[in-house]
Amino acid sequence: MTAQTFSSLALVTAVVIYLLAFSMHTVEWASARKIKNDEADAVREPALVGAGGPDVVPPTSGSAPGSGAAATGGSAPLTPRQRSETFGRLGVSFTMIGLACAIAGVVARGIAAGRWPLGNMFEFTTMAMVIIVAAYLVLARMGMRWLGLPVTLLATVGNGLAVTVFYVAVAPLVPALHSVWFVIHITAAAISGSAFNIGGLISILYLIKKRAEDKGTVGSMLGRLPDARRMDVIAYRVLAFAFPLWTFTIAAGAVWAEYAWGRYWGWDPKETWALVTWVIFACYLHARSTAGWKGSRAGMIAILGLAVFWFNFIGVNLLFAGLHSYAGI
Amino acid sequence: MSDTRTEETTDESAADDATVIAGSEEARSKAGSKAGKPAAPALGFVGGLRFIWTQLTTMRTALGLLFLLALAAIPGSLVPQQSISPVQVNLFLDQHKTLGPIYDKVGLFNVYTSPWFSAIYLLLFISLIGCIIPRVVVYLRALRAEPPRTPRYLHRMPAYVSTDLPADHRTDAPGAGRAVGDEEMIDLVEAGLRRRRYRVVRQSDGSVSAERGYLREAGNLLFHISLVFVLVGVAVVWLTNFRGTSAVVVGSGFANNLAQYDDFKAGPLFNEKSLTPFSIKVNSFDVQFETGAVQRGAAREFKANVTVTDAPGQKPHNATIQVNHPLRINGSTVHLVAWGYAPVVTVKDGDGNVAYSGPVIFLPQDGNFTSAGAIKAPDARPDRLGFEGLFLPSAVIDNTGPHSVFPDLYNPQLLLNAWSGKPGPETGVPESVYTLDKTGMKQIMDPKNPKQPLRFILRPGYVQKLPGGGSIQLDGVQRWIKLQVGDSPGVYIAIIAIGCAVLGLCFSLFIRPRRVWARLRTTKGSTVFEIAGLDRADARTGLQEDLADLLDDVVKRPGPRTEETT
Repeated sequence: MTAQTFSSLALVTAVVIYLLAFSMHTVEWASARKIKNDEADAVREPALVGAGGPDVVPPTSGSAPGSGAAATGGSAPLTPRQRSETFGRLGVSFTMIGLACAIAGVVARGIAAGRWPLGNMFEFTTMAMVIIVAAYLVLARMGMRWLGLPVTLLATVGNGLAVTVFYVAVAPLVPALHSVWFVIHITAAAISGSAFNIGGLISILYLIKKRAEDKGTVGSMLGRLPDARRMDVIAYRVLAFAFPLWTFTIAAGAVWAEYAWGRYWGWDPKETWALVTWVIFACYLHARSTAGWKGSRAGMIAILGLAVFWFNFIGVNLLFAGLHSYAGI
Repeated sequence: MSDTRTEETTDESAADDATVIAGSEEARSKAGSKAGKPAAPALGFVGGLRFIWTQLTTMRTALGLLFLLALAAIPGSLVPQQSISPVQVNLFLDQHKTLGPIYDKVGLFNVYTSPWFSAIYLLLFISLIGCIIPRVVVYLRALRAEPPRTPRYLHRMPAYVSTDLPADHRTDAPGAGRAVGDEEMIDLVEAGLRRRRYRVVRQSDGSVSAERGYLREAGNLLFHISLVFVLVGVAVVWLTNFRGTSAVVVGSGFANNLAQYDDFKAGPLFNEKSLTPFSIKVNSFDVQFETGAVQRGAAREFKANVTVTDAPGQKPHNATIQVNHPLRINGSTVHLVAWGYAPVVTVKDGDGNVAYSGPVIFLPQDGNFTSAGAIKAPDARPDRLGFEGLFLPSAVIDNTGPHSVFPDLYNPQLLLNAWSGKPGPETGVPESVYTLDKTGMKQIMDPKNPKQPLRFILRPGYVQKLPGGGSIQLDGVQRWIKLQVGDSPGVYIAIIAIGCAVLGLCFSLFIRPRRVWARLRTTKGSTVFEIAGLDRADARTGLQEDLADLLDDVVKRPGPRTEETT
C-alpha cells in the first residue's frame, strides 16, 4: 500500500468514525431532553472561563458527572442522565479515534507528497479539520464537551467533502508555490480558519441559547450549554485569537505575492474576499462593544464572517478564475 | 473606533469605580449623544460641522462604514476589472450592450479606484483618526493617573479573598519569628503586587490600590494608528512606484529604459531618471511540465538564466530569475511573470530577397500554449507580405479546431494564413505587433481552390512557397519570457505598519487590565485581611486564583483559610 492510498483510507475511516461520534452526541443530546428539570445537570464551567463572578450559577448538588458512567456497568436500565453522560463520553472517545485516523491520513499525505500537505483544497480541508477537532478535544477537557455535536458534524461534513469533492491525487506544486511563504501563509490561514469555524459554531449555539433564555424556554437539553453570556465570551475569545492571525495571514500573503507574482496586492478574488472576511470580523469585534449591537447581533456578524470565510475558501476557488486557482481544484 | 472596549461588563459591579478607562465605547457614545442632542434646531454652520464630526466619529458610524467597505469590495471580484484583466472587460462590454455602459458609468470596472469606494475608506479613516486622537489624549492622562481609591466594600468586588488574622497575628508569623506589623503586611502585599507588575499606590486610609494592563489600550491605539500608516504606505507606493513589462526572446536582451518596455505604468511622482541603467541578456530559459497522469501539463519549473550588467561599463555577471526568486538590481526588482513561444521564421519576397528573418512573439491563448500572433514583412517587394495564425507546441487538429494539447514542444506546428498588398506608406503610427493590420492587403487564396483562402502548416524546417511569389520558412522555435521591472518605494512603511498593527492587536486582545485593592479591616477586635480585584476585560480567568496566591504570599501559612466569594 502506498502512502497515498493509506492516507485516503485513513481519512475515509475518519469520516465514518466522526459520523459515529456525531451519532453518539445526538443520542447524548436527545437523552438530555428526558432529564427532569429538577435534576438538570449542572453545566460544568469551562476552566477557560474560570471561577469567580457573582453571576455564575452555583452548581446544583446533583450527582457528580462521573457517577452516571460508573453505574452503567450494572444491569439496571439507565436513567436518562446516565445515558446522556455515557453517550457523551462515547462521542468524545470516538472523536479521539477519528482524530487519530485523520492525523495519520494527513501525515501520510505529507509523506506521499514529500512536502507540507497544504497544497490544495483537499489538503487544506483535512488539515483544518484536524486542527479544529484537536482544539475541540482540548476544550472538551476544559469542560466544553457541549461543542461535540457541532464539531463532529463539521468534521464529518468537512472531511466528507474533502475525500469526495475536493479530492486530488498527490502531485508536486506549481512553481508559484515553491516558497517558504507557502508554509507560513497557508498554515496561518488554516489555523485562523479553524478558529473562525470554532468561533462561528459557538456563536450559532450562543444564538440558540440566547433565544431560549430570552423566551424563558431553556429546557434540560439547552441547559447543557453554559449561559448565553458566557458562550458569548468564549466565542469572543476564540475569534479574538483568530483575528490577529488572520491579519498576519493576509499580510504574509501580500509579501509572498510580491515574490511570486510581482505585486503585493492585486485585488485577486481570493485577496478581495480575504479582506472582506477581515472587515466582517473587525465589525464583529467593534459590534461587541457597541450599544445596540452587542449580544445577538454581534453573534450574527460572527456567523456571517464564517459564511464569508467558507465562500472565500470554496466559492472563490470553484467559481472565479484567479491566481489562487491552482492544482486543478 | 476601537474594537476591544469590553471593560464595561464589570463596571456595573464596581460601584466605587468612578473613573472609566481611557475612552470606553460607552463614554464615547455618551459624548456623542451629548453633542448630538442639542443639535435639533438652529445648529448654525459651525454647530452643523460639529454635529457631523461627532456623528462621523461614533462607533456606530464606524461600524456602518466597515460594513459598507466589505460590501463595496465584493463587486470587484464579480465584475472584471480594468486593472486586472482589461481583455475580460472588453469582452464584457461586447457581450452586454446595455449593462456594459451602465457598469462603466458607475465605475464597476474600476471598483477599487472608484469615487464611491474611495469615499467609503477615506471616511472610515477620517472617522478612525477622529476617534483615536482624543483617545490618545485620554490615554496619556490615564497613564499618569494613580490607581483609583480603595472601594469601601471590597467583598462586593467580582473577585475577593480574605483571611481572618488571629488577635496575636503580630507574633504568629512563621519562619521569621518576629512580629509582622500591620504596616509590614501592607508592605508585603505592596511588594507582591509590584512583583506582579502592578502599579501600586498606598492610600491615605492605609489600604493599597493597584492597577495593571495599561498596554491594552496602548495596543489598541497602536493598531488603529498603524492602520493609518498602512494607508499612508499605500499612498506613497501609489505616488512613486513604477512597473513595466517587456517580452524578451531567449538569446536577446533588455536594457532598462522606457523605450524598451511593452507596457509601463508609474505613479505621478515617478521620475524617468530613476530608472537604473542595467541591462539583461536572456541566455536560456528552462521549463518543465508535469508529464505524469496527475495534473498533466502543469508547470513544474520556470528558470531563466540571464547575464546582468548592473550599469554600462560594469562587469556582466550571471544570474537566474525564477518565480518566487526575483532578481534585485540597484533597487529595482525583476520578476519573471509570463512566457511563451516565438517561432523563428524567414520570409523571402517575390524578388527572392530575405524580407524578414528572426523570432516572432506569439501570445499564449490557453494553458497548453495554443498561441496566436502575426508575422509581418512590410519591406517585402514587389508586394509586402503578412501572415496571421496559430502556433501549437503540441498540435492536434480535431473537430474543435486546431489546438495544443501540451505546453511543451512535442509536435510544433505553425498554422498560417497569408496576405499581400502594395507597399504602404510609412505612417509611423505604432501598431500592435501581435495582430496584422490588413488595410490595403488582400488575402492570398489557395491556387487549387481559389474560393478558399490559402492555409498552410509549417513544421520546423519546412518552407511554404506563396502563389504570388515569395516564401516563408519555419527555421525553429524559440521561447520568450516576459520580464517585469518595478520598484515600490515606501512599501516598507506599509509592511512595518502591518507588523505594528498585528502587535497592537495582540496587546489589545490578550492583555487583561486589572485592578486590585488590599486592606486590613479591624472590627470588634478581630482583624480581617482582604484583597479584592476587578478584571476590566470581559473575562475573569484566574483572577480569583491569582488573588489567593497573593494572599498566600503575604500570609505565609500552609493552607490559609481563605474565604472566597463565588
